[in-house]
Amino acid sequence: MEGRIVAGLLAPHPPHLVYAENPPQNEPTAECGWETLRWGYERLRKDLERIDFDAIVILSPHWQTYVGHHFLGVPHFKSLSVDPVFPNLFRYHYELDVDVDLARAIAQQGSDRGLVTKMMENPDFRVDYGTIVSCHLTRPEWDKPIVSISSCRSTTYYSVEVMAEKAKVLAEATKAAVAESGKKVVLIASNSLSHRHFTTESSVPEDMSKEHIMHHGQYLWDMRAIELLRHGKTQQFIDEMPEFTNQAISETDAGALSWMLQALDVPDYEAELYGYGTVIGTGNAVMGWFPGGAS
Amino acid sequence: MSVVAGVVVPGIPHPLLCPEANEGWGRLRDGFESARRTLQESGAERLLIYSTMWPSVIGHQIQAQPEPEWVHVDELFHDLGSIPYKFKIDADFGHAFRDAASARGLQARTVAYHGFPIDTGSVVALKLLNPDNQFSASIVSSNVYADRAETIVLGKAARDAIEADGVKTAVVVVMTLSNRLFTDFIEPSEDRIHSAKDEEWNAKLLEFFEGGRLEDVSQLSRTIQDQIRVQKVVNFKPMWWLGAVMGQHNNYDGSVHAYAPLFGTGGAVVTLIPSTTIGGDKEFDEEDVEHYRGDRSVLGGLDPAAKAIEASTVSAGPGQSVVKPRPADGAMVNASNAPAPVGAYPHARREGDLLFLSGVGPRQPGTNAIPGGAIRDADGQPVDYDVAAQTEAVIENIRKILEAAGSSLDEVVDVTAFLINMDRDFAAYNKVYAKHFTSIGATRTTLAISALPTPIAVEFKVVARAPSS
Repeated sequence: MEGRIVAGLLAPHPPHLVYAENPPQNEPTAECGWETLRWGYERLRKDLERIDFDAIVILSPHWQTYVGHHFLGVPHFKSLSVDPVFPNLFRYHYELDVDVDLARAIAQQGSDRGLVTKMMENPDFRVDYGTIVSCHLTRPEWDKPIVSISSCRSTTYYSVEVMAEKAKVLAEATKAAVAESGKKVVLIASNSLSHRHFTTESSVPEDMSKEHIMHHGQYLWDMRAIELLRHGKTQQFIDEMPEFTNQAISETDAGALSWMLQALDVPDYEAELYGYGTVIGTGNAVMGWFPGGAS
Repeated sequence: MSVVAGVVVPGIPHPLLCPEANEGWGRLRDGFESARRTLQESGAERLLIYSTMWPSVIGHQIQAQPEPEWVHVDELFHDLGSIPYKFKIDADFGHAFRDAASARGLQARTVAYHGFPIDTGSVVALKLLNPDNQFSASIVSSNVYADRAETIVLGKAARDAIEADGVKTAVVVVMTLSNRLFTDFIEPSEDRIHSAKDEEWNAKLLEFFEGGRLEDVSQLSRTIQDQIRVQKVVNFKPMWWLGAVMGQHNNYDGSVHAYAPLFGTGGAVVTLIPSTTIGGDKEFDEEDVEHYRGDRSVLGGLDPAAKAIEASTVSAGPGQSVVKPRPADGAMVNASNAPAPVGAYPHARREGDLLFLSGVGPRQPGTNAIPGGAIRDADGQPVDYDVAAQTEAVIENIRKILEAAGSSLDEVVDVTAFLINMDRDFAAYNKVYAKHFTSIGATRTTLAISALPTPIAVEFKVVARAPSS
């Protein structure tokens, strides 16, 4: 039976959300914080429970490779992830399985289409915290194998438009590999929307009286993006994405959202919005697309 | 002089992991070794590393885990192998550097967590420059939002902390010259500088380095950034920072130990040893500031002193205003028109109704010139000086600091004066003191001490009444 993509998720990775949740894997503990986003993730997880799937394929902006897209290629990882930016909030003991066959298949399909791809087969490699945060918040049981794809930072050499074209090729490769695999797969784009941070931190990081969008312009761009996606105007959003990325200093420059939406064949149906909130000034939305209408 | 050397090294791991695969990578490996010998000869006891491969968002982060240990793998060149490491970090210096940065208005914090991901560039630098942990080490991040002025202030804060503890320090920046990587994998034999244009600009930089013209490189960086750097990455912060730590001049003995392509970028190993040769004057520089007063303090608001100043601005007529500063309780005060501190401390701090001033000497703001002359020459030999002129300058500096805090010389309640030669200097000092303080009636204690941190003869420690809130 031909495999298929059963869901696409916009699942941002602020480590603050894991910190605020106090899971046993994370060393620091918090009193509270960023509830609107965390409750949004709760609703997302409930919808995912209604879906049968075999693996998660995630593209993270925090595995940055200047040469092509890389894929985790070791079956099992166990280590400690410490966020280099917020080490006070995120020191997470992770253990995860990788669907190496699917990873290799996507890498091969990408290579066949002209992309630079490479398998990461060093067992000492530390999985990036973006992958871990998004996967934890989406599926804290860690009971599904993942495929983690790096963010190709050719974005530093080429325009957003060129990188969007590359993301489209990666999307085609992903679709083809999933179909060939016979598996049911959930895709995750691990990125925020607007991405300008505060450069100072409250003495109590979870003090929500200090949390707000960095500036009004960012908020306007975030709302425009969300409204387009909520109403199924995905192609218009993709068309506007270069300007959105530049104006909102958005993490969409990593290509994850473009990749995921195009792997879903640019949905003309409405996205489910689970939550929107700011984290240290950046704008974050938790959203889902279900080709089978499962939600 | 506690900063004994500056070093520029690339952070891409090929010289560490596969130097034999390419002749240029091998040359860079040899260059690291040559630079290491230079550092040994310089008398360095500590390496302070600024790595462009450790980005930070929340201010500036400084490593303070005493013995970090891990097996590192580069996120791009993971196929070249793993890098086990165990480093010796000077945690006390990390805390002092943080405090010095805070005193200059920067957001800074130390990080001391098991498993913290030390970046590839710092790992490569320490493995090759310090393979047996002969030197202690400190590492500071590269803030993604910091502009040139902020980066220069961070460099000055590092210098403050180095001068304060007196440990001979070699300052290392991890960066390539041109930084355009190939976007496809290459065979080792295919490595070359990405373009002829990049090669030519790299040659210009190397010429400046050979001439010891570090400040000129820092100035030139505004052009370099447009010409040979990928602008979205790290700007040219390492040169700005290194220039500031090393004293912002062009008087170094420069050596280029190696230069070779590194996956398309320009990799160079360079050392700069402070020299007495003349290398040209520093040009006027509007971004050369002493304290960071940026507008990004969104979560924390303005610093307490600035906030108090903002709150106490009163109208002086249409279109005009005057500022009467009133630092809040606990606020630190730094006067831009007083001499820069030589350690990690503010000029003054308000506690309750009182202002406590740090020790104030006669040095002049900006130039560090000493009215009445220094007490010794460049060779450390004693020379004649005018203690009356020095005392006048001390009192004038105190006046400026008190006025910056909204107070005045009339509000001084207690003075502790330090003289390095009581027999020689007391009478002249006492005469100048009386001219300014007789009507004020502050209590006073005069002490003879063996030395002061700079070549001066007199210093005052003052307590004054703070302005009413």
